[in-house]
Amino acid sequence: MVPFAGFEMPVQYTGVIPEHLACRKSAGLFDVSHMGEVRVRGAKAEQALMWLVSNDVASTVPGQAQYNALCNDKGGVVDDLVIYRIAQDEFLICVNASNRAKDFAWLVEHNPFPGEVVFTDEGDDWAQLAIQGPNAVAICQKLANVDLAPIGTYRFTHGTFAGVAGCIIARTGYTGEDGFEVFIPVAAAGPVWDAILAAGADFGIVPVGLGARDTLRLESCYCLYGHELNDDTTPLQAGIGWITKLKKQGGFLGSAAIEARKATDDKKLVKLLIDGTRIARDGMPVLFEGQPVGHVTSGTRGPTLEKSIALAYLRNDLAKPGTRVVVDVRGKEAPAEVVANPFYKRS
Amino acid sequence: MNFPADLRYTAHDEWCRLEGDVLVLGISDFAQDALGELVHIEFPDVGKVFAAGDEAAEVESVKAVAPVYSPVAGTVVAVNSALDGNEGDINSKPYASWLFKIKVADVSSVAAATLDAAAYQAKIAR
Repeated sequence: MVPFAGFEMPVQYTGVIPEHLACRKSAGLFDVSHMGEVRVRGAKAEQALMWLVSNDVASTVPGQAQYNALCNDKGGVVDDLVIYRIAQDEFLICVNASNRAKDFAWLVEHNPFPGEVVFTDEGDDWAQLAIQGPNAVAICQKLANVDLAPIGTYRFTHGTFAGVAGCIIARTGYTGEDGFEVFIPVAAAGPVWDAILAAGADFGIVPVGLGARDTLRLESCYCLYGHELNDDTTPLQAGIGWITKLKKQGGFLGSAAIEARKATDDKKLVKLLIDGTRIARDGMPVLFEGQPVGHVTSGTRGPTLEKSIALAYLRNDLAKPGTRVVVDVRGKEAPAEVVANPFYKRS
Repeated sequence: MNFPADLRYTAHDEWCRLEGDVLVLGISDFAQDALGELVHIEFPDVGKVFAAGDEAAEVESVKAVAPVYSPVAGTVVAVNSALDGNEGDINSKPYASWLFKIKVADVSSVAAATLDAAAYQAKIAR
């Protein structure tokens, strides 16, 4: 167990690699109750969020979720979030555990309609369990009182789950697999965990800790705040331009700075496939022709690929796929190649 | 966990065994369990000379990297390259998976620099 954002969390239950592979081949159960939740209410809630976050929240309908960046006025990233549209005038924002207090304060401080739009920190009210993997839908269907088949990717429904009413059952995740994230009223969460393990026993479900949560997201090239995303780097640099709607009506907090920085920002996030078995870790320098040209933000051995992989910020001119660079692994060289596609994509 | 009585152990969780004047060295069952599944080994070069306590190798798991120290002075005479690509053998058979062998400068230095199985188990239990 390790302390993480005020929670005691397991790095692993049985082992990072078996947990990772089980999630890819059958199903994994993750306790992600550390994630924060913020409720947003008010007739102008949509308008407020359109200013506060990067994506086109107005394009969503109730029952739809959307990935977003919360940016500062320098164009850096305060946090990355998933926004669940509950109703026309109501949203639930899922934030990173380590940023919960910062995000809530930020949202309240920059709320363009104070008094009219109300933010409520519900982080202590919700537990969150994620069921991910090819068997996740079948397992969840045994426990949900609603038909899950019609719920598409990044859609959700309210329902009773494992006998607990008032759950939010969302087809979202952070592994690259199909599956659900279920928000559960916190007092009822323990028995739900047990019910999922029991329902999933015949489907090969295993509990998955923080270690494999990280290797799974890294194989799928999902950003992790504090590694690929931070207060200084723009979402464009981090490769999440697809959620950065610079041209939306009125822009958003940070959009002017992001636009202005396009011309001068000199590094961007790349995927590195590393020769051999050395592992690139966060902070290690990346060299080109012997000169430092960037740094690693995350790295591991990808258990599905059985290859050493990393994400790194590199000078723009070296970000082209096929570029050969070297990671300085504690003074030893790990040659690597910039690659175009995520290391893992489910078929 | 298993700590064979015919091996010596170090405070840094290596196991070792003297074969004549050659010390065969790996990581203990306790060390492999703490690190988790191993995925990379940084071997020393054969011929490299170490002083007592020098960092000689590195073992890396998905979770962490750990240095492996030479408990005594000596010269590397062999590394177990067969573990390349089979790093998981260290997890399943830690005492069959030696990392490197060093020709020790002074055989009598080994006993003082290492612990017997009982003393090592007492140390890791603390």
